[in-house]
Amino acid sequence: MSHRLPAGGRLIDRSRPLDFTFNGRTMRGFAGDTLAAAMMGAGQTLVGRSFKYHRPRGVVAAGAEEPNALVGLGEGQRFEPNQRTTTTELFAGLKAESQNHWPSLDFDMGAINSKLWRFFPAGFYYKTFIQPRAFWKHVYEPIVRKTAGLGKAPHPETRDVDRYEQLYAFCDVLVAGGGVAGLSAALGAARAGKRVIVMEQTAHFGGRAVVDGAMIDGMDADTWVSGAVADLRGMDNVTVLERTMVAGVHDHGYVLGYQRVADHEPGADKPRHRLWRVRAGELVSATGAIERPLSFAGNDIPGVMLASAVRDYVVNWAVSPGRRVVVVTNNDDAYRTALALHAAGVTVAAVIDARAEVTGDLPAKVRAAGIRVAGGTAIRHVEGSKAVTGVALCRFDSDGGAVTETLPCDAVAMSGGWSPVVHLWSHCGGKLTWDAPRALFRPDPARPPLGHDGQGFVTCVGASNGDLGDEGEAPMLPVWLMPAQADYALRSKMWLDPQNDVKVSDVQLAAREGYASVEHTKRYTTLGMATDQGKLSNINGLAILSDALGQPIPQTGTTTFRPPYTPISLGAITGEARGPIFQPLRRTPMHAWHEAQGTYWEPVGHWRRPYCYPRTGESHADAVIREINQTRNSVGMLDASTLGKILVRGPDAGKFMDMLYTNMMSTLKVGKCRYGLMCNENGFLSDDGVVARLSEDSFLCHTTSGGADRIHAWMEDWLQCEWWDWKVHVVNLTEQFAQIAVVGPNARKVLEKMGTDIDLSREALPFMDWREGTVGGVRARVFRISFSGELSYEVAVPASQGQAFWTAVAEAGADFGIMPYGTEALHVMRAEKGFIMIGDETDGTIIPQDLNLHWAISKKKEDFLGKRGMERSNMISPDRWKLVGIETLDGSVLEDGALAPLPGTNANGQRETQGRITSSYFSPTLGKGIAMALVHRGPDRMGDEIEFQGKGGARVKARIVDPVFYDKDGEKQNV
Amino acid sequence: MSEAVSALPHAPYSGIVELSEAGLTGMITLRGDLASAPVAAAVLAATGAAVPDIRRLTMGDSGKAAWMSPDELLLIVPYGDVSARLQSMSAAFGDAFATAADVSDARAMISVTGAQARDVLAKICPVDFADFAVGEVRRTRAAQVAAALWREDEETWSIICFRSVAHYMWDMVQTVARPGSEVGLYRKS
Repeated sequence: MSHRLPAGGRLIDRSRPLDFTFNGRTMRGFAGDTLAAAMMGAGQTLVGRSFKYHRPRGVVAAGAEEPNALVGLGEGQRFEPNQRTTTTELFAGLKAESQNHWPSLDFDMGAINSKLWRFFPAGFYYKTFIQPRAFWKHVYEPIVRKTAGLGKAPHPETRDVDRYEQLYAFCDVLVAGGGVAGLSAALGAARAGKRVIVMEQTAHFGGRAVVDGAMIDGMDADTWVSGAVADLRGMDNVTVLERTMVAGVHDHGYVLGYQRVADHEPGADKPRHRLWRVRAGELVSATGAIERPLSFAGNDIPGVMLASAVRDYVVNWAVSPGRRVVVVTNNDDAYRTALALHAAGVTVAAVIDARAEVTGDLPAKVRAAGIRVAGGTAIRHVEGSKAVTGVALCRFDSDGGAVTETLPCDAVAMSGGWSPVVHLWSHCGGKLTWDAPRALFRPDPARPPLGHDGQGFVTCVGASNGDLGDEGEAPMLPVWLMPAQADYALRSKMWLDPQNDVKVSDVQLAAREGYASVEHTKRYTTLGMATDQGKLSNINGLAILSDALGQPIPQTGTTTFRPPYTPISLGAITGEARGPIFQPLRRTPMHAWHEAQGTYWEPVGHWRRPYCYPRTGESHADAVIREINQTRNSVGMLDASTLGKILVRGPDAGKFMDMLYTNMMSTLKVGKCRYGLMCNENGFLSDDGVVARLSEDSFLCHTTSGGADRIHAWMEDWLQCEWWDWKVHVVNLTEQFAQIAVVGPNARKVLEKMGTDIDLSREALPFMDWREGTVGGVRARVFRISFSGELSYEVAVPASQGQAFWTAVAEAGADFGIMPYGTEALHVMRAEKGFIMIGDETDGTIIPQDLNLHWAISKKKEDFLGKRGMERSNMISPDRWKLVGIETLDGSVLEDGALAPLPGTNANGQRETQGRITSSYFSPTLGKGIAMALVHRGPDRMGDEIEFQGKGGARVKARIVDPVFYDKDGEKQNV
Repeated sequence: MSEAVSALPHAPYSGIVELSEAGLTGMITLRGDLASAPVAAAVLAATGAAVPDIRRLTMGDSGKAAWMSPDELLLIVPYGDVSARLQSMSAAFGDAFATAADVSDARAMISVTGAQARDVLAKICPVDFADFAVGEVRRTRAAQVAAALWREDEETWSIICFRSVAHYMWDMVQTVARPGSEVGLYRKS
C-alpha cells in the first residue's frame, strides 16, 4: 500500500502539515504536496473508476499526462469536475471527491460492465445503438448519458466566484518548459539580448534532472537550476513564469500560455487564471518526454505506475506506491527507479527486463544493491483487483502460456521507453520522424512549422527533441506486447487507455474490421480521446495498430496533436468578459435617466433603448398605448440619440452622396432635409434615413441605430478602395450629439416655451427643413422631420448637455402632459403611417421597389450603388412579393412573421405561400390590429381577402389595404 | 446655458494603478493631407503644435496633436475653446480640401497612472508596450471596444474611447486593475 516515507521529499515541508478531505474522509499531507502525493502518502491508492467498465483506478503518473486520477475538486461556487490530482497543489481545507462510480468508490454497481467486457468491444456504441433509429434519442442516449461520462457538471445555478483575465505579451523567444534544456535555452537567448519569456507548467523548475540527480556543469542539478532561475529572474529582458503551461501554438508565433495564478490559494483576492496571448518570434519547446506504459495483462490495476512517476513520488514527496515494488522495463532508465526506491528503504522485489541480455552501468548498480534482475522475462499478468497483490511472470518471448513464477508485491513500476512531448512542434504543422533505436517519434528538423517568412519558428530542445540523455546506456527493446506473443485472453486484459477503457484487443479488432487509418481507429475505439488526450496511450496504440495492419509504425503515423496541451478553464478563455462587462453596453447621454424611470429596455445592437416606460402596475402593452395616445393627442419625447450621424464633406460630397443613395442628393438645398435609401451593389436595401445638407460642401447623413458603424465603414470602404481620388471626408459624429425628438401637435409650443432664437413657425421652418440656433440656452440643430406623422422636431444638442436638455424639455412640456415614449410606440406610430423599418420590412433580399419606394429612386442619375442590381430580371419580375397593408377582418393582431399559406407544396416539399407579415401591431389610434406584409403581386390586389397563419394552426382572414393607415395626406405633420 | 457633463463623472479608482476620468476635453478630428501646408497651419493655429509623425503626439502651447491615421489627426484643446479653434482652423485651411469637426462630446478619456500601468493596459490592448515612448500614440482595441492611447509621461497614460462605452471602459479597466492582479511583465521603465 502506498505510504509516506519517514525521511526525504525535496518539495515538501514537513513542518507545515495540511489537512484535506477525500470523499469526506480527513487526510493529512504537507505543504508542497500535489493532491496525488498527499493521497498516496495517506494510503489512498484507489482514486476513481474508469469510463466504460467502471474499473478501479489509481494514480499512474506524476504530471499532466495522468489519465486516471481525476476528482471533483472544491464545493459550491468553486466546484470543478475532472481535476487532475497529479497537477493540483495541495492547500489547507481542500475537498476532493472521486468520480464515475455508484454507489461508492469501493463498491461500484457499474463495475458489472467489467464482467461483461465481451459485450462491450470496440465500436460498441456504434454497433449497438444504430437500430431502431428512434431509440437513440429516447432510450439509448439518456441511458448512455447517465452511465458514461466522468465528473458531474456544477449545478447550473452556481456562478463561478473567481475572476479571470488575459494578457497580451510579446517576445523574441518563448521557452516552453523550465527543465534544464529550457533554462539553458532561455539563458542563451537572454544573454544574447533577446526578450525571453519562460513558461513552466508546474510550480517547480528543473524537470527530471533534479529528480534523477544529474550533474550539470559540475554542479548537482538542484544547485544549477536554482542558479539559472535566479540569473534569469535578475534580467530585465526575461520574464519567468511558473504554474504556466504553453497550451497552444498557432500561426505566426501566436502562443497561448495558461497561468494558474491562484489555483493553489483559493479565495485569495487574485485572478484565478490568466491567459497569456503571446506573439513570439520563436518558440523553444523544452517540454521533455513522457514515459510509456507497458502492455501486460492487468496493467490497469491500482498500484501499477510509470517507473519515472514512482521516482518522482519518492524523491519529490517522500511517498512510495508500495512497500514491495516490482520494476518492469525494456530499457535502462527504469533501473534508476529501483535505485531510488532502494535508497529510500523500499524493497524492490525484482527488476523484470524484457531484454534477454541485461548489461550496462545502471543494471550493474542495481545488482550491486542486491536487487534481483530477471532478463528475458515478462509480467504475464498482475494479480489483484482494487490493488496489486503480486505479479505472475513468464518468458518474454512466449505466448504467456506458462507461468514461471509468482512474485508477491503491492506496486509495479513500469517503463516502456519514452515519447518526446512533440505537441508544441506539431500544433502548427511540424512533422515527425521515427527514431527506430529508441522507438519514438521525434521532430523532423527538415519539416518545422513555418512562420510568415517561410522559416521554421519552433525549435525543440532536450528530451522534447528526442535527446533522452541516454548516452552510454544499453539500447532499449521496443515492447508493444508483454509477453511478445501474448494470447487473446491476455491481450483483452492489456489496457492502452485506462481512462476510456481501450485495450490491445480493441485496437486489433478495429484493424480487423477495416480501420486502417489511425484517426479512424482513434474515433472508433475512443483510444486517446479521454481527457488526457492519449498522452500515455497513443504511441502504444498505433504500434499495436501497425502490427495488426502489418506495416511499419511511421507508415501508420500519429493522430493530430491539437491545442490545448491539457484542458484550460473556460474562465481563462472568457477573461474579464463576464457579468456587467460581458459585452460593452452602449449608453446614450440620457441612459441613467431612463433607468431611473424603470424603463423596460430593448437591446438595439449594443445599445439599450427604452422599449416603453411602464408605470406602477401598468403592463407594457398599456404603457405603449398611453405613450402613443399622449403623443398623437398632445406631445411626447423620444431619445433618438442612437441614430447614426455621419458627416460627409468635401468638394465631391454631392457626387459621393448621389452614388450612395438611390435618390438625388446633390440637388438638396442647404437648410433642407431629404429622406434617402442606401442599397448594396445587388440593389438590396441596406439602410435608410434623413439627409440634411449642412452647407454647399457638407451633408449630415442620419442612419439607422444599428447601421451607423456599418454605414460609416461602407462609406470609408468606397472612398479608400474605389473612389480614392474623390475629395470627400467622412466623420462619424453619432456620439457627438444627443438627439431628442419632440413629437405631437403641441411640440412647437414646448420648444417655444423653452426659449429659442429659431423661428419654428410653419412658414419659417417647414416640414423637411432644419435650422441651427439655441433652444433652452443650448446650441442646437433643429430638424423638422417626422417618423410618426405628427408635427415633430428632432433636436440635436452636444452629448454633454443631452441630459440637461432632456430634463428641460420634460419641464417645459409638463403643462401639455409630455411623457417619454419608447421604441415600441415609435414602431407603432411609424407603422400607422406606413413607414418602413430597415430590418422589419427588409431582410437583405428586399429592393426598394418591393416596398413601393420607386419615388425614392432617381431615374435621372447615370449610376448609384445598386442600380444595376435592381435591373436584373428577377428584380423587375411582376411576381415579386410587394409591400401592402393588412387589416384583419375581425380587428385582431396578426403574428409577426406569419405566412400566408397556399394549397400545395413546392419542389422542396414545403408548403406554398404567397406572403408574410413584416410588421404587426395593435394600433391604439385606429383601435384595431394593423400590419404590413410582403404579398405576391400585393399592390395589384387591393381590397382582396387573404388568409394568414394564426396561433395553433388557425387561419386568420384579412384584407389587403393601403399600408398608410393614418393621415394619408400628411396634414398632421404639415402644420 | 446648462452645465456640460462628461461621460464618467466618477470618483477616481485606486487599484494596482490609479484611474481617473480626464473630464471635459476639447477634441477636434482633422482630416486632410497631413503633409500639406494648410493642414500644418491649421494644427499650429489650433494647438501650437507641429503635425505629428506616424503614431506620435506633439505638444503645443495651447494643445496637442495626435496621429490617428494617414489622413487623420486628433487635436486636443481646452473644452471651452473648441469653437474658436475650429474657426481659426477654417481660416488656415483656406480652399484646401480638409475637414475639421468637433468630437469633444463623442469621446471619453481616462487616465491610467502608476508603475504598473503598462501591465494593466497589456491585459486589454494587443500592444507591445516595451519600447512605447512618451509621446507615442496607438490606435488599438481595449477588450471589446475601439480605443486610442498615448503615453503622457513615464507613468501616465491616456486612453480614449467612444462616449457610449465609457462606462464599459471604466468598469473593465477597473476590473483588471484590482489589487492582486499584479503581473510583473513590464518592469523596466
